[in-house]
Amino acid sequence: MRNFSRGIATTNVMKKIVFALMVSAVCAGSARAASEADYLTALAAAESANKEAGRLRNQWTVTQAALNAAKKAAESGNFDSALKSAQDAEALAKASIVQATSEKQRWKDMEIR
Amino acid sequence: MSAMRVLLAVAATLGLGAAAIAADKPDPAADAKAFQDYFVKKFPKVAFDDFVNGPYSMNADMRRQWEEKEQFPPYEFALEAGKEMFAKPFKNGKTYADCFPNGGIGIRQNYPYFDDKEGKVITLELALNRCREANGEAPYSYVKDEMASLTAYMAYTSRGKRFDIKIPDDPRALDAFEKGKEYFYTRRGQLNFSCASCHVQSPGERIRAEILAPALGILNAMPIYRSEWSGMGTTSRRIVTCNSQTRAVPLEPQSDEYRNLEYYLSYVSNGLPVSGPGARP
Repeated sequence: MRNFSRGIATTNVMKKIVFALMVSAVCAGSARAASEADYLTALAAAESANKEAGRLRNQWTVTQAALNAAKKAAESGNFDSALKSAQDAEALAKASIVQATSEKQRWKDMEIR
Repeated sequence: MSAMRVLLAVAATLGLGAAAIAADKPDPAADAKAFQDYFVKKFPKVAFDDFVNGPYSMNADMRRQWEEKEQFPPYEFALEAGKEMFAKPFKNGKTYADCFPNGGIGIRQNYPYFDDKEGKVITLELALNRCREANGEAPYSYVKDEMASLTAYMAYTSRGKRFDIKIPDDPRALDAFEKGKEYFYTRRGQLNFSCASCHVQSPGERIRAEILAPALGILNAMPIYRSEWSGMGTTSRRIVTCNSQTRAVPLEPQSDEYRNLEYYLSYVSNGLPVSGPGARP
């Protein structure tokens, strides 16, 4: 009898855990869904980094492609995708800045002397 | 005695300073020698003049195909068009011949040159468009057929003449040369390639279906008919395409960077003959 009660109690605890996990999953999911504001913030950061790459005369074609993809996704209301593409664009633009900056000295390593 | 020591120390310091300045001063002649020696050593079986033939100097099969193609060269139509365009007067009655030394015939080997009035490098393509504008004509696109045809004709009249690019002892000219060199060796684009990655480190190697040309003499064959493009391409088009192939956003044709690059790359190929217009896969 005691064992039976313990079994019921265990089942109830399990149910509560599963329910809690489901709630937290839903909450976490809704917290991750991007808004237009998230997208616009990411887009501004990406465009700013790409502008800096342009000032260094070292933009990448893939950065512009990612920016275009972000804008296209935003136009169709898919802000998750738009946010991701804008973040990709920012990462690419930052990489092109690092490249331009480091190559200011590193090009000499390749020079025929 | 101590005054003498001080004087000697000052003199030694000044001497070292002067030596350091001399060491820092660009030396295009030494650069060109090192550049040419590198390729000659890397490809001991390639005759010096043959470097202007790009991939055909590196691969026997491609060379045979090219030699057969040269019986009816694919750039011939551009050559004929260029000859006509060159002779046809502008609306004001003048022609291109009025803008160039020797009437524009047999002068390709002297371009680009450094213009001391402007303080910048002048390429042949730029000089042609300036000629047009000075005579009331609209400039041509630097990457399209008209410019390729005109430069093809001018190169053809200069075939066999050896590149003779001059770098005056002018800090601005030396700076242009140095900047061209920096551009040539600087990695760019998402693929992280410099011009040198392909044309210094890997000439003769395949990149997909193509065989990479050596940087030495690479501009002597310009402009070129490229089978890949199904048409002619100018030097500007070639550089722009190289940039986009590395996933770098190309600069504007005839930007300072490209002009300096052409200056550097032409100077280090001094002594090699003009072979343009060329044909490439």
